[in-house]
Amino acid sequence: MTGYVVRRVAQSLLALLGVSVVVFSLMHLVPGDPVRTALGTRFDQEAYEALRARAGLDRPVLVQYAQWLGGVLTGDLGVSFRSGRSVSDVIMARVPATALLAGASLLVALAIALPAGIVSAIRQGKPIDYVATALSQIGVSIPDFWYGIMLILVFSLWLGWLPPSGYVSPLEDPTEFLRRVTMPAVTIGVVTGAILTRFTRSSVLESLNAEHVRLARAKGLPEGRILREHVLRNAWIPIVTVTGLQLATLLGGIVVVEVVFAWPGLGRLALDAVVNRDYPVMQGAVLVIAAAFLVINLLVDLLYARLDPRISYS
Amino acid sequence: MSDPVLSVRDLHVRFGSKRGVAHVVRGVSYDLHAGETLALVGESGSGKSVSTLALTKLIPMPPGRIDGEVHFGGRELVAMSEAELRSIRGNDIGFVFQDPMTSLNPVHPIGRQLTEGMRHHLGLSASAARDRAVELLSLVGIPDAANRLDAYPHQFSGGMRQRVVIAIGLSCEPKVLIADEATTALDVTTQAQIVDLVERLQEELGLAVVWITHDLGVVAGIADRVMVMYAGEIVEEADVDDLYGSPRHPYTVGLLGSLPVLGADEPGELTTIHGLPPDPTAMPPGCAFHPRCEFRDDDRCRDEHPPLRDADDAGDGHRVRSFYEVPADVREAASTSSQVAEAPPNAGDPLPAEASEGDR
Repeated sequence: MTGYVVRRVAQSLLALLGVSVVVFSLMHLVPGDPVRTALGTRFDQEAYEALRARAGLDRPVLVQYAQWLGGVLTGDLGVSFRSGRSVSDVIMARVPATALLAGASLLVALAIALPAGIVSAIRQGKPIDYVATALSQIGVSIPDFWYGIMLILVFSLWLGWLPPSGYVSPLEDPTEFLRRVTMPAVTIGVVTGAILTRFTRSSVLESLNAEHVRLARAKGLPEGRILREHVLRNAWIPIVTVTGLQLATLLGGIVVVEVVFAWPGLGRLALDAVVNRDYPVMQGAVLVIAAAFLVINLLVDLLYARLDPRISYS
Repeated sequence: MSDPVLSVRDLHVRFGSKRGVAHVVRGVSYDLHAGETLALVGESGSGKSVSTLALTKLIPMPPGRIDGEVHFGGRELVAMSEAELRSIRGNDIGFVFQDPMTSLNPVHPIGRQLTEGMRHHLGLSASAARDRAVELLSLVGIPDAANRLDAYPHQFSGGMRQRVVIAIGLSCEPKVLIADEATTALDVTTQAQIVDLVERLQEELGLAVVWITHDLGVVAGIADRVMVMYAGEIVEEADVDDLYGSPRHPYTVGLLGSLPVLGADEPGELTTIHGLPPDPTAMPPGCAFHPRCEFRDDDRCRDEHPPLRDADDAGDGHRVRSFYEVPADVREAASTSSQVAEAPPNAGDPLPAEASEGDR
């Protein structure tokens, strides 16, 4: 088990190295001059050259990459072109907002997917199954930013129940945090929940039709116990995997929603950095999101072995 | 003879499907006595499995519908509530299913799967159930049972898993064990061991067994009585020696004739029964076997449904559902070919019987 964890962590680090190369290369392929953008109207040739030299942009690309990577290994992601602040600080300030939103979205998704998926599997072919399937089809088909805008329209503009945007730390004001996180979390949660509903349904259905469930019935066990111990217990395994993958995917989709709801998270930070040609911030943000993705995948793999005795990592 | 433990009368099972109502069990009746082994033989789709699952209503309803009477221990099961049936399933009537690879839940240790029925029906404590589980596993021939309880199914071979499934079937000391193709998925050596095991347990526990199979070799080795099913009904019923020695129904004759003769001087081609069984949503009004029958004399059986009649005057309960008699020399030939199959089941290859059915 320990050997497996070490190997998986090493693999993840290797993948992260690949991500860093791609991110770094892409940044330099994007048209536009970050130094010029940073200077804006204060442009003069001397300041331009000075800033270029300070940012190391006058050196060969490979050297720039090596320097950046060296910094990354010591936790130093460089300095923002735009604000002059440490990229690590800028990113760390944004992590809680994104993590909280991602967590809240996943809760919403599971609160939709588990009951809907399980009930529609158990009542296969009944009206409730068709309703759940139709709703999840709609949920999957419509883009999340549209839900976001509709939610703002209905609950903020028409009904005035919830603030349309912005973030308040739950440590400062838990109630206000809940009011603010509700709409963005529902926006992401509905889409993810719709995908997970379909998956939960098919996973439970497959489990329901398993031969060992028939044997459990032939043992004369109560139906509730069969459902818990022989159907759901088995169905969890694929559900957990896909939920983990969805959480990782959700990190990508969060960018758009953070923009719609002016949520000061990593996604918005990355988007702003692209717009401003703020290379160091952009690279740092993408690297952190990629790292989170890899960590989630690693955790899912480890959890998998806990749930399925047939899998042993050695 | 004593009162039967299980008495089935005019059992029908119908399934609603998009193509119409599939009538898959059509008026099956039989008695099963304590200590007796009744073999149900027939090809896939002949209704043998469904007819036994229907005894305790283990088929999905809807789309399934069960009619008829099943008397067990002074009670009638078809009209019984689900809760009452649950107290009988696994408790008084044990089941062993075909595929040892899928019958056990892969995520629970086998000890837990073995004890859950006992704890539920017999109210045993965890440790008492565990002790009994060790006994049961030893009984079915799993060595070092105490240390295997926490093992998972994937750590067992197919034969060992099937022994576990049999132990589960026996765990609450049922009066009736229904073994549905219990040895089909196993290799012949393991198959013979399992057959021996069930016979031994039957002697020790006085258990009545319904053995469902399409393997006539196994039937000869284990059964007291045999019922041949075709298209959802019993077409022939006899003591095992009688059936093999003097088959009366054209279908039985065809089945027995299709067994390979081991040690024959000139191995010829295997006989086959041409054609396919009828569509259960569109059963012919007359005899279900008539389109495939080589021995009918006229068109009577096309329109008229033959009843299950006594095959002869012997009064031994040999019954057959046919208007016609298969010529003696043909019966003789089929019987000869089946004599080889009467050898212990591990001596005959079970596959040809299956292959001859041609529909799998």
